[in-house]
Amino acid sequence: MTADDWRTIGLTAELAASSTLLLLLVGTPLAWWLARTHSRLKPLWASLVAMPLVLPPTVLGFYLLLLMGPQGPVGQLTQALGLGRLPFSFAGLVVASVIYSLPFVVQPLQQAFEAVPERMLEAASTLRAGPWDRFANVAVPLARPGFVTAGVLGFAHTVGEFGVVLMIGGNIPGQTRVLSVAIYDHVEAGEFTQAHSLAAGMVVFALAVLVTLYAVNRRARDDESAPR
Amino acid sequence: MIDARLRHAYAGFALDVSLELPSSGISVLFGSSGCGKTTVLRALAGLLRAEGRIALGGEVWQDDALGVFVPTHRRALGYVIQGSALFPHLDVRANLDFGARRSAPSEQRIAIDQAVALLGIGPLMSRRTQTLSGGERQRVAIARALAAGPRLLLMDEPLAALDAARKDEILPYLERLHRELSLPVVYVTHSMDEVARLADHLVMLQAGQVLAAGSPVELLSRLDLAAGEVATGRHEAGVVLDAEIVEHDEAFGMMRVGFGGGSLWVGAAGRPLGERVRARVLARDVSVVRQAPGETSILNVLPVVLVGVQTDRNTVLLRLRMHDRDARTPDGVHLLARITRKSCDILRLREGDALFAQIKGVALM
Repeated sequence: MTADDWRTIGLTAELAASSTLLLLLVGTPLAWWLARTHSRLKPLWASLVAMPLVLPPTVLGFYLLLLMGPQGPVGQLTQALGLGRLPFSFAGLVVASVIYSLPFVVQPLQQAFEAVPERMLEAASTLRAGPWDRFANVAVPLARPGFVTAGVLGFAHTVGEFGVVLMIGGNIPGQTRVLSVAIYDHVEAGEFTQAHSLAAGMVVFALAVLVTLYAVNRRARDDESAPR
Repeated sequence: MIDARLRHAYAGFALDVSLELPSSGISVLFGSSGCGKTTVLRALAGLLRAEGRIALGGEVWQDDALGVFVPTHRRALGYVIQGSALFPHLDVRANLDFGARRSAPSEQRIAIDQAVALLGIGPLMSRRTQTLSGGERQRVAIARALAAGPRLLLMDEPLAALDAARKDEILPYLERLHRELSLPVVYVTHSMDEVARLADHLVMLQAGQVLAAGSPVELLSRLDLAAGEVATGRHEAGVVLDAEIVEHDEAFGMMRVGFGGGSLWVGAAGRPLGERVRARVLARDVSVVRQAPGETSILNVLPVVLVGVQTDRNTVLLRLRMHDRDARTPDGVHLLARITRKSCDILRLREGDALFAQIKGVALM
């Protein structure tokens, strides 16, 4: 593998890590709200979160490009704030990844929060725990398997994205060139050996991630099936 | 004094109760399922928002007129439910610490060590909650509630999920709690056994209303309540007596328990003289005769006055006053007897008749 390939791998990992972190920060309150709300707007919000599952990445990328571009509302805002333009920058990729991978983080978290028995939260409140305390010290620990799933899926899904990256980030080495795009380039250039080493790496990575995830979830289920 | 006026409407059901519960001892809310007893308890805890007012001594927890509603986590209460709701991610010790750590030192009326000793859970402290038996879980849940230093302990059918052996494992701890702490307890149950054993004050609920409230000795001897929907069906009518052990008969393995003016022989041993006990006499174990029987195998024969008769299909329930009124029991102490309608007719029983009650069975609770 070339130095460029290594740089690409590093950048991809950095993108996935920062997106995952942001996703957990944004996704946790959103998932908590979706899990507990009786609002009539819940189906709408749940659908908005799930949109990236259904939309072609290019559609998502296209609209994000328009939104973040110099004429778009988000673009105008970032420029007014002195942050410059997001498209074709690492920050732009992070924003796009967060939106693209949102359902992969929010849905497992929401399911995990929905599985937290109401009586546990009530027990906590009868033991003097206020709302934040209940969330942090009862709901989050009980939803731990959901956080593992959400983090792993969010990371893995961001590593694998292609269409959105191409629309938003282009292919700037060291800035926006990530693994999936690099593999595409290698294939286009007929560099099958290099494409192989990256692609095989991805296969091994994906398998490792999924095996870990299923193992962790099975252990969590075994814990739960013990009498409470 | 715990004062609560609560109203709450669901689909097809309305709760409207006014409760005055004593500030010590166990108050039992008793009724069949759907009578609203759990709703009352949840409203007291603030887990459910009913309309009305709740005050504990001088402390107001809810007063709609003043716009006061203290959230659950600011109410100094303990709450124990059927399924115990121990936190599965914490071990026993951390479960106990959970409430204790969150209440101010000045609020900690019961030290963790004391709660642990009271419930006998010392050996369980480092266990994971998943490895505990049902009875152990419930003891931990009670200790956890106590360790948070409550001014009021609320218990929602804490024994209902346990089998008979496990119930017998927990009940002595509840009685101990009752003896050793001055903490008021509001206890919800549909089990007459638990009422007979634990209640100092009894509130009978039916369809969201208070049917009757008062001492269980008095309420359980009332014909209208004994024959009503609450008592019949699942429960055989019977009275409870607050008594004291006054004599041992080691040779025959029996004890005599006294209550006010009367006393009864009970086939039991091993309880010290002077101990206060609760005795229960079921109506079906009591029969009546006009003359004092000469020779009989029945040890407990007491002179009584027939003060009430209630016919219930082919049986008749009699209310019998056992002795003259004294200061402690101004209305007298009563028994209930269930006899056949035919016997009642043959004996031509009338209110005011002087009779003798033959008591075949007495259970010490």
